[in-house]
Amino acid sequence: MALIQSFGRLIGRSRTAERTDSAPRSGTSIVEPVDITENDPLLAYLQTSGGVVDIETLTLDSPGLSVLRERGIKLVVPLINQGELIGLLNLGPRLSEQEYSADDRRLLENLARHVAPAVMVAQLVRQQETEARNRERIEQELRVATLIQQNFLPKEAPSLDGWHLAAHYQPAREVGGDFYDFIGLDDGRLGIGIGDVTDKGVPAALVMASTRSIIRGAAQRLSSPAEVLRRVNDLLCPDIPPNMFATCMYCILDPVSGRLVYSNAGHNLPYLYTTGGAIELRATGMPLGLLPGMSYDDHEVIVKPGESVLFYSDGLVEAHNADHEMFGFPRLQELVAQQGDRKDLIAVVSDALEAFANKAIDQEDDVTLVTLAREMTDGGTLDGGGDLLSEFEVASEPGNERIAIERVETVVVGLLDEARLERLKTAVGEATMNAMEHGNKYQAGVPVVIRVQTTGDELIVAVTDSAGAEPIPEATTPDLDAKLAGLQTPRGWGLFLIENMVDELRTSSDGVRHTIELVFALKEGGDGD
Amino acid sequence: MVTNAFQARVRERQPVPVIELSGEINSTAEEALNLAFSRASESGPKALLLNFAGVSYMNSTGIALIVGLLAQARKKHIELRVSGLTEHYRHIFSITRLSDFMSIYDDEASAVSDAGQQSQA
Repeated sequence: MALIQSFGRLIGRSRTAERTDSAPRSGTSIVEPVDITENDPLLAYLQTSGGVVDIETLTLDSPGLSVLRERGIKLVVPLINQGELIGLLNLGPRLSEQEYSADDRRLLENLARHVAPAVMVAQLVRQQETEARNRERIEQELRVATLIQQNFLPKEAPSLDGWHLAAHYQPAREVGGDFYDFIGLDDGRLGIGIGDVTDKGVPAALVMASTRSIIRGAAQRLSSPAEVLRRVNDLLCPDIPPNMFATCMYCILDPVSGRLVYSNAGHNLPYLYTTGGAIELRATGMPLGLLPGMSYDDHEVIVKPGESVLFYSDGLVEAHNADHEMFGFPRLQELVAQQGDRKDLIAVVSDALEAFANKAIDQEDDVTLVTLAREMTDGGTLDGGGDLLSEFEVASEPGNERIAIERVETVVVGLLDEARLERLKTAVGEATMNAMEHGNKYQAGVPVVIRVQTTGDELIVAVTDSAGAEPIPEATTPDLDAKLAGLQTPRGWGLFLIENMVDELRTSSDGVRHTIELVFALKEGGDGD
Repeated sequence: MVTNAFQARVRERQPVPVIELSGEINSTAEEALNLAFSRASESGPKALLLNFAGVSYMNSTGIALIVGLLAQARKKHIELRVSGLTEHYRHIFSITRLSDFMSIYDDEASAVSDAGQQSQA
């Protein structure tokens, strides 16, 4: 009997791999398809032979020809469609044991002319079916990833008195591992997480889902974002697939005071919109799931009425335009600086991205945006009108003034220009040293209390010791000539420095505690010189 | 807490030896600073340069140490020069009048190449 063997189009023509359905039936002999390599000279010969080829009389140095002979093939009829060899009709000996006649050969050639287009069509149909199956499988995976992703993202942002919270998630076609979450905590505080798992598709979606669940669990038990990240990292490390990790920024917002404590595991730095511009909220730390035993730092900032914070994922800053430029951080920072007070900041950013991005290509990566905007009607005001930015204690131990300086610097970010910030830092350091040394006599158990607040147009840092009834000495100008001549101790610069750093110095005492207030004007022209 | 430890390194650059300061100048800096000063003044130079480029923080105790150093230098008739101050610490050297007694330069190169004796009070 005969067999049509066709050359597979999907895998090129290197092998005649596709088998036709050839279930053996009794009484007939079945010819198996034969592998013929692409560079076999037999193929070139068949392409041009122009009709039925007698295998027995053919002289050609061809491995394919040898195999055909071994299989007992007598005749090969090339199936040519539009000049292209698409298959062979292989025939064994006639069952009547007679030779193939000239009529037989004409019949076969006729048949081949009609069969060739039909085989071609069959090949195309099969190829398209395979492609459609592949497409369907990919689509199905995408649907699963999207489903996981969207099921684990909050359906809506929570509503919080005095705040406007919003979130936006725009998946790329091939879903990435972006996530965000709002977690209600005790005392009305709110946990906010935003992150990005490396990789795409189902694996990323699964890691994202478990990361989010671990964060949720840790957030309820731990009140420090740094501790939450440390815990999540330790739990994630043993289970995360190799070469995958997650970046994440986790924050806790106290909606009453506006205090936002944040910690970062390698995620993009959010921007704080202030009237003075957009400030990057800096914090660094190892991404989650890379190494166990990592520790993270807490940072804090006060989000004041009228200010807002924008969190975002890579998909935004790494989007490209038609000229292959990236959207980038400077563009985003400028956008927040200009329009960060808009209630629809998310729409502003999305529109800017859409206007920027290359229309000719699919969105490259997920884009996630989360905004926290504090409304102008002020919550968290002080008795005298104004905002408490921070209040904390430092133990009276040598060197601890550096802690005071760093903490004050964090909360006044954006309020003073660089020169005045340096002066504030020196003044805070000196005032804290004085309080620890002269007030509290370096007793570690007696802390110095530092309170940072704004009232109208002033920034006030109040440093309080527990000195008892001793009066605060007056600041006098140290006599450098006398010091150089050895007539005075070289020391005694503290109060003098403070006075020269600040716009105004106020002191008060309640008989037990001394307070020194370092005052900086927040309006233009308040130079401390 | 972790602090940026003070270091004072002497470089025998002629004719003006350099004391390279780095880290935080506070009460813990006294010994190292005085040691560096006596080492740098051994050869009896006319002038010495204090390079502050690596200094991250200086408090009033640090200023007192510089005042003490200046008093020692004046006794030995060594001119003290200063380079590498940030704007902020330039301001502090100015209000404390330290800059009346020490010449302030932008960088080490201009400080050591200067023939000196300017702005001595």
